[in-house]
Amino acid sequence: MALNGHLLTFLVFFPAAGALALLWLRGDDEVWIRRFALVVSLVEFVASLLMLRAVPIGASGYPMEEFAKWITWPPINYHLGADGISMFLVILTTFLTPICVLASWQGINFRIKEFHVMLLLLEVGVVGVFLSLDMFLFFLFWEIMLIPMAFLIGIWGHERRIYAAVKFILYTMAGSILMLVGMVWLYNATGTFDLPTIQAMIHSGQLVLSERTEILLFLAFFVAFAIKVPLFPLHTWLPDAHVEAPTAGSIILAGVLLKMGTYGMIRFCLPLFPGAAHRAAPYVATLAIIGIIYGALVALVQPNLKKLVAYSSVSHLGFVVLGIFAFREISMQGAVYQMLAHGISTGALFLLVGMLHDRRHTFEISEYGGLCAPMPKLASFFLFVALSSMGLPMLNGFVGEFLILLGTYQAHWDWASWAATGVILSACYLLWSYQRVFYGDITIDKNRQLKDTSPREAGMLWALSVVILWMGISSPFLTRRFAAPCKAVIEMMNPNLMHEAVLPRTVTPQGGLQEQTGRERLAQR
Amino acid sequence: MFRNIFHVLPELLWCGFGVLLMLLQPFVKSRQALTFLAMIGAAAGTLVTFFTTVGSGFSGLIQFDTLSLFFHWLVGLVAFLVILSSESYLQRENLEGAEFYALILFATAGMGVLASAQELLTAFIGLEMSSIASYVLAGYRRESIKASESAMKYFLLGSFATAFFLYGIALVYGVTGSTNLAALANASPKGTLLPLGLTLILVGLGFKVAAAPFQIWTPDVYEGAPTPVSALFSAGPKAATFALLLRIFSTVHAATDYWFWAFWVLATLTMFVGNLGAMVQNNVKRMLAYSSIAHAGYTLVAFAAVTSVRGDPQAVAPAYAAVLFYLASYSLVSIGAFTVVSEIGGQGERYMTYDEYAGLGTRQPFAAAALTVFLLSFLGLPITAGFFAKFYVFKAAIRSDLVWLAVFIAINSIIGAYYYFRLIVTMYMREYKGTVPADAAKGMSPTAAMVVAVAVLITLYLGLLPNHVLQIVLSRPLMLSAR
Repeated sequence: MALNGHLLTFLVFFPAAGALALLWLRGDDEVWIRRFALVVSLVEFVASLLMLRAVPIGASGYPMEEFAKWITWPPINYHLGADGISMFLVILTTFLTPICVLASWQGINFRIKEFHVMLLLLEVGVVGVFLSLDMFLFFLFWEIMLIPMAFLIGIWGHERRIYAAVKFILYTMAGSILMLVGMVWLYNATGTFDLPTIQAMIHSGQLVLSERTEILLFLAFFVAFAIKVPLFPLHTWLPDAHVEAPTAGSIILAGVLLKMGTYGMIRFCLPLFPGAAHRAAPYVATLAIIGIIYGALVALVQPNLKKLVAYSSVSHLGFVVLGIFAFREISMQGAVYQMLAHGISTGALFLLVGMLHDRRHTFEISEYGGLCAPMPKLASFFLFVALSSMGLPMLNGFVGEFLILLGTYQAHWDWASWAATGVILSACYLLWSYQRVFYGDITIDKNRQLKDTSPREAGMLWALSVVILWMGISSPFLTRRFAAPCKAVIEMMNPNLMHEAVLPRTVTPQGGLQEQTGRERLAQR
Repeated sequence: MFRNIFHVLPELLWCGFGVLLMLLQPFVKSRQALTFLAMIGAAAGTLVTFFTTVGSGFSGLIQFDTLSLFFHWLVGLVAFLVILSSESYLQRENLEGAEFYALILFATAGMGVLASAQELLTAFIGLEMSSIASYVLAGYRRESIKASESAMKYFLLGSFATAFFLYGIALVYGVTGSTNLAALANASPKGTLLPLGLTLILVGLGFKVAAAPFQIWTPDVYEGAPTPVSALFSAGPKAATFALLLRIFSTVHAATDYWFWAFWVLATLTMFVGNLGAMVQNNVKRMLAYSSIAHAGYTLVAFAAVTSVRGDPQAVAPAYAAVLFYLASYSLVSIGAFTVVSEIGGQGERYMTYDEYAGLGTRQPFAAAALTVFLLSFLGLPITAGFFAKFYVFKAAIRSDLVWLAVFIAINSIIGAYYYFRLIVTMYMREYKGTVPADAAKGMSPTAAMVVAVAVLITLYLGLLPNHVLQIVLSRPLMLSAR
């Protein structure tokens, strides 16, 4: 329980300081506003990389923690902590924020100061959510995240932006109010808001919830997170919010905000209410599989490219939820990995779609066609990212999906079989849309003069592509660091669960490779 | 006998300054001087609470204890802010200042009496003092038909409700032979007369706090009254009447279960009526009126918690704390919101619809930002006062096992989110279609801006550090005669 200085507090509040400083700049000083915001977000990213040093491989618990008393009654403490899972989610956030700033360099051309202030405040909320270890603090940052996102969609979005922003707020708020009820109930039962303390109390048997209470509390938290993920059938806010948001808004929304839901499931639903989670698992898995297939099918028939990518998010995150609720170590690792991979890939997809929009101001696939000729570089990047999104081996999407399917197959082969069809369908809609947009003949004259990627755009895409490739090749770098927390979550659910790994070379929670076949490991038990 | 005076020093000062203002009105022409004097009067009455003797006075008619202290400070602060914010309003509407301020101070004195009343007829006196001053204040804009309508409505319905209150007192006296709350505490709950009397008292007081089904007057009266007066209505009389309700229904033990269910039903009805009514409003003032009904509903949930845990001394203090914190936070935020609305309303209160607020984020950024903070506090977003207020009510409800009420608060918060966000969205995300009013282009007047800034600071302060206020409430027993 090392208290590593104030890195976590810095990560949470530095963007807020940056936003405050931005307010002092003149509103029409466009260039410096953008540069300042870029510098702030890059500094934040570099600072977040420092966490990699502090969280050792194979550590369980929370290697980085910060604690301060805040309110004496009720006892709410300023308790931040990072483990392998939250560390990478924070790094994902801080990586995508400079990308968002760069993506809006040309696209946003009014009220630029307010835009960047909102973006930075959003970063504060999201980083705070991932790092909070106090339930109340978690809720606080969760709500803080709502307003900047709503403003981003509602002011700088496209035609139906106000409708999308209000829908987003109402849906998310409905969920979070339910979560608040659950939190207050838990506080009443345990006398504290501190998450590790409550986890320990439940795990040691000090707090025993009746079946009915457990299932109700589980649902209270789960519905809030399911709205965020989004899980079918609570997903209807997503297409509107994504399509109407500006490019930066979509990147941050798809890349990071959706992961808050799955992160919440891992942190709250599973460890605190294991019995209820077990009982709810078949239903949740059914919804997840429906989401995978339904999301993919609807994406297949979309004429709007951005909506297609939005539905692909529904589909991919269905995989994550499935991986979480299979209750296997491998699938949990796959779920966390897929969260990170999806963040990068779909963020990149939205970035590319936004670049197309910057040029032609439309998202309709029918308006494009044959873009390979005027924009070969953009087309190459698009293909690369699309391949990663559909799970091509050696790219990041493969690792996550494979681990999820492998782990799920060990638990329920039928779930995995249904989910695997989603992989095929994702290839369908991504490749087909790529063909319609980039291959074939140029049918619309305006497309002939389109400019290829500018240095700024190429730089962003190169950064994302390198990360995609790196994540696909050297996945152990990541999995080693969150294997132990994943295992801890599973163990908290049921100490008797068998941890099965049938890969020939497995990575042990202690780090390092283990040259044993799965059969040998099973025989050892 | 003279020692009794020291128990009511705040009321004396407030009434004294009110009379002084009325006497000076023919001689002093400067509006600023009168405002300044009125503010000194409000502040003096509030600060003199440090010298007010704690304890029972006037042979048990008045009791000055922690509850009284809290509410004296609250209504004093409310009066101070309302007086300050109404200076520019009176200037714009060309209305006389001295009587306005005098009436506010008289109303405040009445509210103070309400908060310290230990005896029902004294409470009636306080109620009437504040009510009659309020009736006149509601109709202060003599040329406006709407204001006259609101004053008439308030007067007729208010007198009707006060009649209920008196009838209830009469029945209670008939049964117990006393109107003193200390004597009522031991009254036997058997029989029908005592519960009936208490019900009539509840009806009369329920009217004052705008609890459904007694809330019909609220939207029309708030809409017609001058906006600073609406600010006063939403903050002062409501808080003081809640203080009296707290005193009565936690001291009087008669028929505990009965009261719990009464407050349960009242709370639910009030929350839903307030929120559903606000959803369909197009006039910002009416929307704020309905929202004040809704917030009365949330406070009543805390009341239900108070009445349900009376037997448990551990749980009762947090329930009281929830009520007091909610009233304090709501009152101050509400004054801020109404002040902004008053400034944007312009001459003759012309610009009150949602359409007039479109694009306010660009036209008047400070006003829009402040109003956003207040609306977010009404909504209950973290780092605003309203969040902790709602949170404490939640806690009290769940602590007392009032799960359904907690669920209703949740549902109503979402409904509230809709119409509060509608206004925020209108201010920031819609284009203004009309021509910019000439007098609105100047922005808010300095005095109003000061009030709004203070309200924003208080909202954020209570949202980040609610501890300090809570400690005041939790550290000592609230009522000297409380169980």
